[in-house]
Amino acid sequence: MNIPIEYYLILSGFMFLVGVAGVLTRRNAIIVFMSIELMLNSANLSLVTFSSYMGNSTGQLFVFFVMTVAAAEAAVGLAIILAMFRNKLTLNIDDINILKW
Amino acid sequence: MNILQIIIFTIVKILIVVTIILLAVTYLVYFERKISAWAQNRIGPNRVGWHGALQSFADVLKLLLKEDIVPDAANKPIHTLAPIIALFVSFTTYAVIPFGPNINVFGFSVPLVVADVNIGILYVLALTSLGVYAITLAGWSSGSKYSLLGGIRSSAQMISYEISMGFSIGGVLLLSQSLRPVEIVQAQSGWMWNAILQPVGFITFLVSAFAETNRLPFDLPEAEPELVGGYHTEYSSMKFAGFFLAEYANMFIASALIVTLYLGGWQFPYLDHFGLSNGWFAVISVITFAIKVAALLFFFIWVRWSIPRFRYDQLMNLGWKVMFPLSLLNIIWVAVLIMVFKL
Amino acid sequence: MNIYDIVFYLFAAITVLSAFFVVTTRNIVYSAYYLLFTFFGVAGIYVLLGADFIAMVQLIVYVGGILILILFGVMLTNKITSVEIKTGSVQVVPAAVGVALLAGILMASMVDTKWRSVETAMPSATTQGIGMLLIQQYAIVFELLGILLLIALIGAASMARK
Repeated sequence: MNIPIEYYLILSGFMFLVGVAGVLTRRNAIIVFMSIELMLNSANLSLVTFSSYMGNSTGQLFVFFVMTVAAAEAAVGLAIILAMFRNKLTLNIDDINILKW
Repeated sequence: MNILQIIIFTIVKILIVVTIILLAVTYLVYFERKISAWAQNRIGPNRVGWHGALQSFADVLKLLLKEDIVPDAANKPIHTLAPIIALFVSFTTYAVIPFGPNINVFGFSVPLVVADVNIGILYVLALTSLGVYAITLAGWSSGSKYSLLGGIRSSAQMISYEISMGFSIGGVLLLSQSLRPVEIVQAQSGWMWNAILQPVGFITFLVSAFAETNRLPFDLPEAEPELVGGYHTEYSSMKFAGFFLAEYANMFIASALIVTLYLGGWQFPYLDHFGLSNGWFAVISVITFAIKVAALLFFFIWVRWSIPRFRYDQLMNLGWKVMFPLSLLNIIWVAVLIMVFKL
Repeated sequence: MNIYDIVFYLFAAITVLSAFFVVTTRNIVYSAYYLLFTFFGVAGIYVLLGADFIAMVQLIVYVGGILILILFGVMLTNKITSVEIKTGSVQVVPAAVGVALLAGILMASMVDTKWRSVETAMPSATTQGIGMLLIQQYAIVFELLGILLLIALIGAASMARK
């Protein structure tokens, strides 16, 4: 384990930034969704890095929790996306503005 | 053992295992046709070689020489990639399944498993879930409605049955207290086979394995009367052969996995009391493993030619309303066994 | 340069490149497909960090569950009704400025901070430790997550039927 901890963190930071860029620039609901998964993954990567460099498995346990939440989020999120697609026949999140007054 | 020796031994083991799987798969196709002929009172392949024994090789040659047709509507890179994923998944899964005890070669104690991973069962589950991609992407990328329907059906089916499969494995893990396949085999010494201790889990796993390998009675993804050829309608030549090979390799791996998890793996009951030398012990163990796998493969083929196909809603009902609760019950049953008998 | 370095750079390259393509490709199916490689790369990095259990769970949950759901979403919303599968990007310039700012802050803080690290080798099998924590110290979280998953299941099913 002679790779500096910063390398892993920069990798995770890059993944997070790519996710942020995706959420900001893309307008397809599913791609926004994938970008959110990217960000969650980068957070997981940081947690595992710290856990591994501290010699403590609690961080890995929290990754496990994050994954559970991500799975729940994926199920509900995609159900919402499909329901919206059935009603409006679009996935563009700028067109889905019915909750705006 | 230094790292170089480990690498050499691993490469040799990989070569042996891949050769065995390829040979087993080609002969599996032959036996499937022979057994189906037996079930339907026909003769079956009998022209190429002795009683048609070389028929599979002739088939492979024929498929290799055929034209590779990619439909215009297809998404070409993914269309090509899908059979590769299918083959990759079927061949890499075998890496963690042990087919014999440790043997002594040139003074080294070599375990008869390609990779003795301590999370082997999770590895198998992870790769099984990858198998869904091959079929889903094949169905989507072909650009044909039959393929797409086959692909969607198969993903739904495989995801549903993966759940009961995972929960059935839960019972095994409770008893063996390890995720390492070698230790799971060793925990089933004598007649302590998991199939005997937890028959319900064995049945749910067996049924899920049938569904995961897309074999009849669960071959909805390629139900010929409804969907032409299902997800591989638009495949021809070697790409079709890839799917075909992967299906049979999956069957082989499912059988090996069932033997490892539920039927005592390579263990012959009470063989260690016979006082055999290490070499003979290993040989008998490997033969025991082969016989168990062969018996299960025969069962797979036998079921295919005896039972009609399920309807799609029946399949989903069976998966979610019967197999899933039963596999949960099995976990409770194993927990009670452990509490009462202190296993 | 030893074998760990090579493996690290390999997986890092896979992760970074495929993550970049997930966001920039115009075809949604390709995005989902690149995401598969990102998850794989991350799983490889986990193995490198000694977190074998988490690496496999990553494959099972993300690749085997979430990404399949996403692919389902793509296939059910694109192929059946002929909605355009290619989608563009908007607000590239403001987003780039924002991301650049965030990148500056993140990278500066990462490189500047003196990270503490312990030289204890991770146990070769992490499964037992995680399992012990899960049923002892964090048992309530575990139960709550079970309830959360149940709620998500019911919610998704009720939304999807109609």
